Amino acid sequence: MKASPKDLDTSYRLISRRGLVFGGAQLGLIGLLGWRMRYLQIEQADEFRLLAEENRINVRLLPPARGMVFDAEGRIIADNEQNYRIVITREDAGDVDEALAELSRLVNLTPEEIEEARADILARPPFVPVTIADRLSWEDVAKVSANAPALPGIHADFGLSRRYPRGADYAHVLGYVGPVSDYDLSRLDDQDPLLQIPRFQIGKTGVENKLERSLRGRAGSRKIEVNAVGRVMRELERQEGIPGGDIQLTIDSRLQNYVQARLGDESASAVVIDCENGDIKALGSAPAFDPNLFVRGISVSDYRALNENKYRPLRNKAVQDHYPPGSTFKMITALAALENGDITSTETVYCGGRTEVSGLNFHCWKRGGHGYVDLKKSLRESCDVYYYDISQRTGIDRIAEMARMFGIGTRFNLPMNAVTDGLAPDKEWKTRTQNADWRIGDTVNASIGQGYVLASPLQLAVMCARIATGRSVTPRMISKVDGRPEPSGAGEPLNISANHLSRIREAMYEVTNDRKGTAYGSRVIADDFRIAGKTGTTQVRRITAEERARGITRNEDRKWEHRDHALYVSFAPYDNPRYAVAVVVEHGGSGSRAAAPVARDILLQALYDGTPPVAAYPAKDRQRITTQQEELELWDGVEERRPTRDQV
Amino acid sequence: MSYLEYRLQTVPSGLRKILAMNWPVILLICAIAGVGFLMLYSVAGGNLSRWAEPQMQRFLMGLTAMFIIAMVPIWFWRNMSALAYLLSIVLLLVVEVAGVTGMGAQRWINLGFMRLQPSELMKITMVMFLAAYYDWLPIQKTSRPLWVLIPVVLILVPVFLVLRQPDLGTSILLMAGGGTVMFIAGVHWAYFASVIGGAAGLVVAVFQSRGTEWQLLKDYQYRRIDTFLDPSQDPLGAGYHITQAKIALGSGGWTGRGFMQGTQSRLNFLPEKHTDFIFTTLAEEFGFIGAFSLLLLYALLIGFCIVSALSNKDRFAALLTFGIAATFFFFFAVNMAMVMGLAPVVGVPLPLVSYGGSAMLVLLGAFGLMQSAHVHRPR
Repeated sequence: MKASPKDLDTSYRLISRRGLVFGGAQLGLIGLLGWRMRYLQIEQADEFRLLAEENRINVRLLPPARGMVFDAEGRIIADNEQNYRIVITREDAGDVDEALAELSRLVNLTPEEIEEARADILARPPFVPVTIADRLSWEDVAKVSANAPALPGIHADFGLSRRYPRGADYAHVLGYVGPVSDYDLSRLDDQDPLLQIPRFQIGKTGVENKLERSLRGRAGSRKIEVNAVGRVMRELERQEGIPGGDIQLTIDSRLQNYVQARLGDESASAVVIDCENGDIKALGSAPAFDPNLFVRGISVSDYRALNENKYRPLRNKAVQDHYPPGSTFKMITALAALENGDITSTETVYCGGRTEVSGLNFHCWKRGGHGYVDLKKSLRESCDVYYYDISQRTGIDRIAEMARMFGIGTRFNLPMNAVTDGLAPDKEWKTRTQNADWRIGDTVNASIGQGYVLASPLQLAVMCARIATGRSVTPRMISKVDGRPEPSGAGEPLNISANHLSRIREAMYEVTNDRKGTAYGSRVIADDFRIAGKTGTTQVRRITAEERARGITRNEDRKWEHRDHALYVSFAPYDNPRYAVAVVVEHGGSGSRAAAPVARDILLQALYDGTPPVAAYPAKDRQRITTQQEELELWDGVEERRPTRDQV
Repeated sequence: MSYLEYRLQTVPSGLRKILAMNWPVILLICAIAGVGFLMLYSVAGGNLSRWAEPQMQRFLMGLTAMFIIAMVPIWFWRNMSALAYLLSIVLLLVVEVAGVTGMGAQRWINLGFMRLQPSELMKITMVMFLAAYYDWLPIQKTSRPLWVLIPVVLILVPVFLVLRQPDLGTSILLMAGGGTVMFIAGVHWAYFASVIGGAAGLVVAVFQSRGTEWQLLKDYQYRRIDTFLDPSQDPLGAGYHITQAKIALGSGGWTGRGFMQGTQSRLNFLPEKHTDFIFTTLAEEFGFIGAFSLLLLYALLIGFCIVSALSNKDRFAALLTFGIAATFFFFFAVNMAMVMGLAPVVGVPLPLVSYGGSAMLVLLGAFGLMQSAHVHRPR
C-alpha cells in the first residue's frame, strides 16, 4: 500500500497534535507527582520524621541498684549480690537441643528446667537472649565460660538480686522483696515505669516494703536503635539510674541474733528498747524464716509449710500481735489510782483470795489470799484483789487514759506492716463497738490486764521504758535514711508525779530482787545491772468445770493452744535504766518461769554487749546458764560492714 | 512510507550512526541508572556485590544491546514486529504452562543465566506491532470499528495472559502503553471515552465479584486495594508497607538524612527496598531535592523522546517512539504514585533503578529501538 503525500501530511499533523496532547497530559501527571512529593516531604516532614524516630528508637529501662540496709553498727543486713545466670540466644546457638544437651553435661540442670527453657526459647524471636538457669555458683559460671567455644550462643550473664546475709534474724524486721505482681500493680498508686519491668523486685513486707520509695532508687534509661523486627542495632544514649538510698536501722545485729536464738523455736517475741532515746535495739519474733527463700521464689510446699505452721512463723508477733497484758498492766492501774488520789503508796487492801463485785466472784491467783497488801506487795506478789479494789475507786476511763499515756492503745509509726494499736478500753469504746454498757466487772477484769485490754510486745516495752524514765519515750527503728538522721524518740517528761513513778519502780525492783518476788528466780547478781520487772500470766481460755472435774488445772496438762501466755516486762539497770525489754511467750505457761528468764538473758546480753559472765547470775543457776550459753546457736559468719569511703 | 522511500544517502552509515544517536537520551539513561546503582549500594548497607554489581553488569549488557539494536535500520525492526509480537505471546503461553512461581504469581521462565519475564518483553513488542499496524493501515480507516477492534484484540490477548499470572501492574502498563499508541495514531476520541466508561464499569465488577465464585482478582490483590484506600486500617498488616514507605518519604524532608543514613531502609522497616520501593530510600536519604531531581531526569528523558518522535516524519518510527516513551512514563509514574500512596500497590518497579534483570534489559532494548528510529529518521 502506498501512502499519498497528502496522507503523510495528515498523519504527521495528527501525530503532532495527539503527541502534544499526550505530552501535556504527562507533564500534568509529573506535576501531580511533584506536588505529592512536596506535600509528603516538606509539609508533613516533621510528622513523618517523628514517626521514623519512633520506629527506630526504643527506650529500655536500667534498673537501679537497691539501697542497702545496715544495722546500728554499720553491719550489712541487706545488700545486692551478683546473680549469675546462663543465657542462650537461639540464632547464635544453631541447634537448641544440642546446645542444651551440651550445657547439661557441664551444669546440673533438671529435665524440667531444660524443658521450660526450651519452651521459652522457641516462644521468643531468635535474637532475644533467654535465661536458662538462674543463681548459679561461680564454679558453674566458670565452667560455662571456659567451654564457651563448645557452647555457641550460650553465655554467662549477671544481674543484681537481693541478699539477706543475716538470714532469718531479720525476717520480720526487714521483710523481703519479690517480683512485682499484678496484685501489686492494681494496689499501688505508683507510676514508676520500673514496675513494668518483668520480675522487677519490690519490697513486699517489713522495712523493704515501708521504705520502698527510698530503697528503690530511680531508673536509668538506655536509648537503643532497633530494626523492624526489634533487634537491637546499637546503643544511642545511656543514662545511669540513681541507686536507692541506704537505710540504717537502730537494731544491733549481735543482740538481734541473740534474741532470735534465745527465743528459739518457741512461739514468742521480744522487744529491746533503749530507754534513753527509744531506739529499738532488737525486735525478735519466733519462729522465723529465711527471707532469702522469698527472693529466689519460694516453692509452694515451703510456703504452705510456713503458712500452716501453728506457731505462725510469717507473723511479726512483736508488733502485729496483741495479747491481754495480764499482771504487767498492774503498774498502769496503780499509777491511775495513785495519780487520782484514790490510794496512797502505803495504804493497804485486804486480800482474802477473792472479792465479790455485783454478785460475781473474782478470784486472786492465790487461793488463800495475800492478807493485807500495800502497793509494793501488790506488785511484788502480784495480788489481784488489790487491783480489783482500787480500780473500782478509780474507774475505767482514768485507767484507760493512763494506759494510753504509756503507749497501750497507741499505734507507733514503725516501718512494718500491720502494726497493731492494741486496746485501752473505756466506756465510750464499749458503747461504740459492742453496743453495750460498760459494766463494773469489765473494770475489775481490766485492772489486772484481762478482759478487753490488749497490748503488743512493742507497747509493753515502750510502757516499761516510760516507767523507767518518766519520759514519753517513742520507739524508733530507723536511724538514718540515705544519710539523713531520723528524729530521736527521747520524748518529753510525762505529766506524772515522780514520787509515784519511784514507788512503782521500787515495787518492780522487788519483783525480781525480793525473795518473795514473782521473778526472783530470774534476778541478776551483778550490782550494776539489777533488773526491775513485772511478770504476767494471761488466761487464753478459762479452765472449764469439766476439766476441773478431771483434775486438769495445771497448764502442762492442757493442749498447747489452751495454755496461758507468759509475759514479762523489765528494765535495767534499776538505778540507771538503759534498756527496757518485753517478752511474750505464747502459751508458755507462767510469766515468771517462761518469760522472765528470757528477758533477763537478753538484758544481760545487751548490758554486757556480748555474752555476760556467769558471775552475773545467781550461784545455783550458773551451771545451767553455762550449758545454755554453749548450746545457743549464735551466728558465726563473717561480719560484713558498710564499705568505708576509702574502700569505695 | 516504505524503506524504499527513504533517501538512503541522507541516513548516516557505519560508525557515524553512533554520532547520530540521540545522546541526551543516552546520558539521561546513564544518569538514572547511576542513581540506581547508588541506591542499590545504599540499601545493601554499603555492600557493592549484593545488588549494585549484578545490576551494573546487566546495565552494561543492556547498553551494548541498545547500541546494536540502534545500528540496525528501523525498517528491519518494523518488518520484525509481527514476529516479535507472536514470539512474546508464545513465551507468555510457555509461562502459563511451565513458568516459575514467585511471590504468588507465575512470571518467569528460567533460562539458566537469567530469569526471563516475557510480560516485560511483551510491553515493547506489543507497542512495536501496534506501531507497525498503524503504519500499514490507511489513515482514513483508523477509526472504523473493525480496524479499531483488531488492535484492541492485539492488546487484550497479552493483557489477559498477564492477568492470569496474575500480574496486575504489568497488565495496566500494557493497556496504557497500547492505548497510548492507538491514541497517538488518531483513533477517534469517542472510543477512548467509552473505554474509560467501560473501565469504570470493570472496577465496579471487580469489587462486586469479591467473595463470589467468579472472583476476578486474587485475595492479596483485593487486600492491596483495601489498604490503598485506607492504609491506617491495618497499619501492621497489609497497610504496613505503604505506611512505612510514606514515613520514609516524609522523614526525608528537604535535604534528606544523608547517604546511607536512612533509618527506615537501613533498619528494614521498608518492604522490598531494593525493588519496588527503592524510591522511598532515595527520598529518605536525599530528601525532596533528591527525589525531585530523579523525577526531573525522568521528565527530561520523556521530553527528549517526545521531541524525537515529533521530529520524525516516519509514521512507524514516530508511533514506536511515542509508545516506548509512554510505556516508560507509565512505568515510573505508577511506581512513584504507588509508593507515595496515590495508587494501589500493584508491583511495578522503578525503571532503570529497581533491581531486576528483565525489566532493565527490555527497557534498554526499547531505547535501542527508539535510537534506531532516531538514527534512521527521514531527513
